Amino acid sequence: MANPQLNSGNPRVDIEYRRKKSAEEMRHQIVSFALMIFLTLIAFAAVAIKGFSAWFIVPFILLLAVVQVIFQLYYFMHMSHKGHEAPSMFLYSGALVGAITILAFTTIIWW
Amino acid sequence: MHAEDKLTYETWPAEPEKSTLEAKNKFLGFWFFLGGETVLFASLFATYLALKDKVPDTTHHLAKDLFELPLTFVATMLLLTSSLTSVYAMYHMKNFNAKKMNFWLVLTLLLGAAFLVLEIYEFNHYVHEFHHTFTSSAFGSAFYTLVGFHGGHVAFGLLWITTLIVRNSKRGLDLYNAPKFYVASLYWHFIDVVWVFIFTVVYLMGMVG
Repeated sequence: MANPQLNSGNPRVDIEYRRKKSAEEMRHQIVSFALMIFLTLIAFAAVAIKGFSAWFIVPFILLLAVVQVIFQLYYFMHMSHKGHEAPSMFLYSGALVGAITILAFTTIIWW
Repeated sequence: MHAEDKLTYETWPAEPEKSTLEAKNKFLGFWFFLGGETVLFASLFATYLALKDKVPDTTHHLAKDLFELPLTFVATMLLLTSSLTSVYAMYHMKNFNAKKMNFWLVLTLLLGAAFLVLEIYEFNHYVHEFHHTFTSSAFGSAFYTLVGFHGGHVAFGLLWITTLIVRNSKRGLDLYNAPKFYVASLYWHFIDVVWVFIFTVVYLMGMVG
């Protein structure tokens, strides 16, 4: 059984506990959705308001994207839950190889 | 637990996506696949960044001439919201409520389809108004490969989730199909993760110059 802490022997208690847990998780997910929308709005606004230099906007919106993706991965895709050690390793290994590829393509290749 | 177990609301496990051996394997294997997808999209992003605005002569349009904020914004909102609706679907899956899960999945599909329609309109617009095609320049090739691959993933996700809903419409939820729904929702979130980088790197950074 996946959740050993739920074996109280009384199914009613287990269900109530679980309902509470998933309602709590749902709240976290709604909050992260609101934050994701908020970050998106800031990123679009930073570009729409033509007052900032590209040297500021580019790193700024990249940072917003990274934060938003962390919300997506840890809350929407449940990476904050237990039992996600292997998935984290897979994803971060992929991200590492990807980052090196992007670094190489943007620095070594030119025309 | 076994995939054939007949379960009720009371006996439904807290983590149905990981409570059989098959489910555990599926879960692990799918995350491995997502790690590979990360590399795939990263190399497409790398290609795009290296070839952005690389056009043969001045008659070709550059990123800042092509992209428009409102269209990208609407597409982003559609896909972001579809990510939330699939979260709702998984919430109902965990509560053993197949009907509500299907309702939210259908909503996810509709939002995803709307996104795809916008993208097709957008590509069509670039081809006919700006003569920005797959073969017109290195910039065009890199752009359509990256954004098109993402659009292809959305289209595949739509087919996948539709198939799951149709195939399991009369079965209800069990430990055989719950992991399938769960993994499909992971895929859908991953599509959104990729889109976050596309709207930032391709569209917003493209408009900044």
